[in-house]
Amino acid sequence: MYTMLAVGGKELRQVWRDPRTLLILLFIPAFFLLLYGYALNFDIRHIALAVQDRDGTPKSRELISGFVNSGYFDLAAVARSEADIERLMNTNEIRAALVIPEDLGRRVRAGERATVQVLINGDNANTATTVMGYALRIVTSISGQLQPEQRIVERAPPLTIEPRVWFNPELRSTLFLVPGLIAYIAMITAVVSTALSVVREKERGTMEQVRMAPVGTAAFIIGKTIPYFGISLASAVGVVLASMALFDLPMRGSWMQLLLALSLYLVGALGTGLFVSTVADSQQMAFQMAIVVAFLPTLILSGFIFPISSMPGFVQLLTYVVPARYFLVALRSIVLKGAGPAAFWPDLVALAVYATSVMALASVRLARERR
Amino acid sequence: MDAIAVRDLTRKFGDFIAVDRISFDVKQGEIFGFLGSNGAGKSTTIRMLCGLLAPTSGSATVGGVDIRRDPEGVKRRIGYMSQRFSLYEQLTVNQNITFYGVIYGLGGAALDERRRYVLDLGRLGGLENVRARDLAGGWRQRLALGCAILHEPSIIFLDEPTGGVDPLSRRQFWRLIDDLSAAGTTILVTTHYLDEAEHCHRLALIHAGRLAAIGTSAELREVFSGRPVLEVQASQPVEVMRALETFEDVEKTSLFGMSVHAVLSAPDVDPAGLADRLRLLGLEVTSIERVHPSLEDVFLDVVERAGAQG
Repeated sequence: MYTMLAVGGKELRQVWRDPRTLLILLFIPAFFLLLYGYALNFDIRHIALAVQDRDGTPKSRELISGFVNSGYFDLAAVARSEADIERLMNTNEIRAALVIPEDLGRRVRAGERATVQVLINGDNANTATTVMGYALRIVTSISGQLQPEQRIVERAPPLTIEPRVWFNPELRSTLFLVPGLIAYIAMITAVVSTALSVVREKERGTMEQVRMAPVGTAAFIIGKTIPYFGISLASAVGVVLASMALFDLPMRGSWMQLLLALSLYLVGALGTGLFVSTVADSQQMAFQMAIVVAFLPTLILSGFIFPISSMPGFVQLLTYVVPARYFLVALRSIVLKGAGPAAFWPDLVALAVYATSVMALASVRLARERR
Repeated sequence: MDAIAVRDLTRKFGDFIAVDRISFDVKQGEIFGFLGSNGAGKSTTIRMLCGLLAPTSGSATVGGVDIRRDPEGVKRRIGYMSQRFSLYEQLTVNQNITFYGVIYGLGGAALDERRRYVLDLGRLGGLENVRARDLAGGWRQRLALGCAILHEPSIIFLDEPTGGVDPLSRRQFWRLIDDLSAAGTTILVTTHYLDEAEHCHRLALIHAGRLAAIGTSAELREVFSGRPVLEVQASQPVEVMRALETFEDVEKTSLFGMSVHAVLSAPDVDPAGLADRLRLLGLEVTSIERVHPSLEDVFLDVVERAGAQG
């Protein structure tokens, strides 16, 4: 018991005195949150738009201002010809173009169907799809305003979709990404801090010195883990709070549930760090291993960015051993949906299983170094 | 009873035999030196004796405790200090002492008393709040030793304890070791500084995992009884060495800096005659004299013969 506290207390003192570790634990989360939070944004705004208005009537100008006022498009150029548009598109000065036909005003007044052309740079398929969606929404809503008095009931389609998106009505990708970011940052700080701290002891020889003392593996592991658990939990809560302040992340569920999910997830991450440290002999190696076993799976296989359901079958199988997968379900349920434990208890169980197994694996490996 | 008793201790790593059936005893209060080149098996032996590594076969007791049956019991009875002076760099002298004290189960007044002892022993008074990484080599070494003996072990293992330390600090360190030994502490020390080996009461030479020789330094030198050792000073030592090797009455030679040591095959060879024969070959000889064989001579001789045996 005392030895455990001694290991823990020593660890805290060391962290406090080691600017590099402190930096990893405090600065990196903040840095990642800002970097990814602002850069990893699938919403597209300020799309440079060229307009070729062949109509020149109040109706056509209404349509143009509809595009510009939407906030998604910036009027970058007025094109006089198709050649103009082609040139602007080729030089990347614009990413989209709106071509309004000569007879738009007349057709609208006559209650006829009018077609406008939207040209989109498709070199990035994701962006193009999103831009297309924006353009369609704008055209639909403007055409509703253009002729309310002339709407002919018979022409309305018999079935319409009235889409409503729950939990994230504006479909802001930030709300989808920030929970993943929280999982990612928590994983990094927990894995790196424990792995580096043990490997550093190996490098300095203090590990051997401690092993020469009658310190049990359990006391050593718990003593090592507790300080980093506290620090990474504090840092994770900090990241959650910062996400609320900076990215309007809501908190619709219970904090207690969130802390429980976070704790289970962090214990698994700390265990992963300990496991890495039993394999790696140098800090560089530990870092590289951490990237492979912790960061990449959390980034790619957790559903953080790429939905698990659209992965090939065997990759989906792989995701079952990625703790972030379960944590994300719980986190999104709590934070975005305000759902109760009924929605995510299997994921909590999975997190607990992962944490127990990886801790056991790390203990066995640490104990077995005395072969 | 002997402080350390080792019988046929063997450790294999896969097919590689790091330690091969080593047997020896160390008496209480003895300073026992373990000599050997890097990779000879010294550290592996120490790690087994400290309960850190399980032997493949053979047995050993340390402080009366069987290293196979109760490695944790061994750990409580011994102190260990490695060549790396394993201290926590970010922690102060005091914090290092506290940490190592607590993991050995010390606390309260007992820890305070041992802290004073260690600070005093290592001449670390006034440096209590200095971080370990800011200490100079000699002080780090003495702090590491202090941390290793906080729990008053009756047996101390020192694994190349004087690496990277200046000669004055080395001398101070050996004085500490002598004091501990005089107080009844058994010390097993590995080194490859042969001059340091002279501090040891008895020595074991270990080569390729085997015990090649064991005894006091005087006993070890007896391998040269009947085989006098000559030291030849010459301006061209390499040429002199080559010439000497062609002489029938010279068993072998080795280079010691700018001088040549020649082991003679018989006790009655005349050094002056050898010098004349060298001069006949056109080689200049500054001096030639019979010398007391150094431990280095012994070491090279033992290693060579162990190698010849296979």
